[in-house]
Amino acid sequence: MKAHTINVETLARVEGEGAIRIKVRGQTIQELVLNIYEPPRLFEGFLRGRKFLEVPDITARICGICPVAYQMSSVQALERLLGVTVDPRVRDLRRLLYCGEWIESHALHVYLLHAPDFLGTQDAIQLAKSHPDVVKEGLRLKKIGNEILRVVGGREIHPINVRVGGFYRSPEPSEFDELKKDLDWAIEASIRTIRFVSTFRFPDFDRPYLFVSLHHPEEYAITEGRIAASDGMDIDVSEFESNFIEEHVPHSNALHAVRTDGRLYFVGPLARFNLNFAQLTPIAREESEKAGLHGKCMNPFQSIIVRSVELLYACQEALRLIKAYQPPPFQQVTPKAGIGWGATEAPRGLLYHRYRINDRGSVLDAKIIPPTAQNQKSIEEDLREYVLKHHELPTDRLTLECEQAVRNYDPCISCATHFVSLEKVDDHLPHLSSSGESHGKDERPPALPQQ
Amino acid sequence: MPPTRTPKLAVWKFASCDGCQLSLLNCEDELLEVTEHITIAYFPEATRAVIRGPYDISLVEGSITTSHDAERIHQIRRNSKKLVSIGACATAGGIQALRNFTDVQKLIKAVYPSPQYIETLKKSTPIADHVFVDYELRGCPISKSQLLETLACLINNRKPPVPTYSVCQECKTKGNVCGLVTHGPPCLGPVTQAGCGALCPTYHRGCFGCFGPKESANTSSLSQIWAAAGMSSEDLMLLFRSFNATAEVFRKESEIHESAHH
Repeated sequence: MKAHTINVETLARVEGEGAIRIKVRGQTIQELVLNIYEPPRLFEGFLRGRKFLEVPDITARICGICPVAYQMSSVQALERLLGVTVDPRVRDLRRLLYCGEWIESHALHVYLLHAPDFLGTQDAIQLAKSHPDVVKEGLRLKKIGNEILRVVGGREIHPINVRVGGFYRSPEPSEFDELKKDLDWAIEASIRTIRFVSTFRFPDFDRPYLFVSLHHPEEYAITEGRIAASDGMDIDVSEFESNFIEEHVPHSNALHAVRTDGRLYFVGPLARFNLNFAQLTPIAREESEKAGLHGKCMNPFQSIIVRSVELLYACQEALRLIKAYQPPPFQQVTPKAGIGWGATEAPRGLLYHRYRINDRGSVLDAKIIPPTAQNQKSIEEDLREYVLKHHELPTDRLTLECEQAVRNYDPCISCATHFVSLEKVDDHLPHLSSSGESHGKDERPPALPQQ
Repeated sequence: MPPTRTPKLAVWKFASCDGCQLSLLNCEDELLEVTEHITIAYFPEATRAVIRGPYDISLVEGSITTSHDAERIHQIRRNSKKLVSIGACATAGGIQALRNFTDVQKLIKAVYPSPQYIETLKKSTPIADHVFVDYELRGCPISKSQLLETLACLINNRKPPVPTYSVCQECKTKGNVCGLVTHGPPCLGPVTQAGCGALCPTYHRGCFGCFGPKESANTSSLSQIWAAAGMSSEDLMLLFRSFNATAEVFRKESEIHESAHH
């Protein structure tokens, strides 16, 4: 009977700070924790009293990797609150900005964070030695996503151009000239990406997920839609909180989101792909099928293929939007008291916001539910299944594969306004105590009793 | 492997959004070249590999908000030859320093259903409140070019040049129309350190101070101008109290408007 203690103190190649700790003896898991020790930043608290026009700038700071997602969910909620319908040209420009973030974030994850797992290196810098062309292609794709963010948003991280009601400044059509050529290349490069990553070896690990994502009948849902689930649920965004609840559990602690009946669910590229395959472009569908995914993918390790398909889609969609671009008009908005809900598809999945403001435009309260908080239970369940299935592996190998099982989700721990520091697995200075690898070391008693 | 005498770089994270360290990965054209001159010894966002300290250069992102982190920063300082704090969180406490103006327990109750599980300090503080910092890169987020310039200087034993003049100078270089004289939107440009390339004025909105106060900033004079243009003391307080809210000059100015507001 094989026993393992898996103790990864600092999860690498994820955004933000997390750890995993698993104790297993044969078929019995004695402990399994995805420990999130990212310090709390309390956004929903200090948003109170801020003016509604400041909200997209402030919520962007929740996450440096997906600031646009926060801006988009917040402006959607606030515009709904104010009864503002934005001009279709505003809608299109926002979708273009969002495509830029998808391209940047997906290229980052596929090439720099996830591919090294499949190609046996510690990082993309090592990978650049064995596969220089692959890494360079990934970096160029990432740069093209960032260039969209720069032209539309003003800068790549924390763009400054998004405004309740529209944009502060509309780019001139000529500012997109270079990007048209870049995106022609990016579409070809994304197709190469899909074909390349589909040759990776994936563990046999299909899981019975309950998928949840936005759904829009006419487009692959990014900026708006109804909330759909693979069990047939179909609700308006305003009904989110009556269908999902957040639990505050002591062990690692994000607020874990579950369905009101207690079932865990899954958000992100895999959920979108399974629920919205029909809305992908014909080329994206065709390339998925060639990659072996026939509108369905239940294996989280294959999320790298799905992310690459979404990368292709986002490049095609960005090019379409640029070709059709017309500068949107400026629309003034005035505050009124009310409540509004917004949800968009961050690169990592559904991002829900709710705000209440008074007639002077001051925020009375705010609720933000990031995708990684919603996925935390799924991540733990994947780890549990994976460890039980592969407990015959040597501990080192199993540790690496468990890390990989976490990276499948592209978790964005910084996103978590909710994630809090409850206990420390270690002092996060692995190099100070020993040389070389920091993984699979001693176990330490948790600071709080486990459930 | 690069030769062992290549300077060793470590990247550390405290309370933050990850955006400033992402700026390094956003140097898509330069990243691979940077790694020819610098060994990335500790950078969990980018690599699983860990090389033990001490480190020649430590980049520190984020602010100190927990007692554990207040300890950890000392360990990092002891293991770093040069320590550079990067971004508004590390240099001024960041947006999460808004807690410093209120009762943090109230904020926790607003966010968490079980506040008893939460351990956090009353204040969010910059790295320099805890340890000696060799250089600071301002910004929310930092400027990529300032980051690359700083790394290049540090490996060549030069002092990184960081501008101390205001956003106005960048605005003039760009040929923007000045909002202050044309009754444009409220703008912190005259009191904010340069570094963003006068981004917000270029996008037809006022500067909101991502790079924090410039040297000898005259905030009260600027406030008088905006107050005369009809801005309320509440709005002036909020303007000075955002991503660099606890940078001393901005903090004092926002407190003046806070007392006027109440």
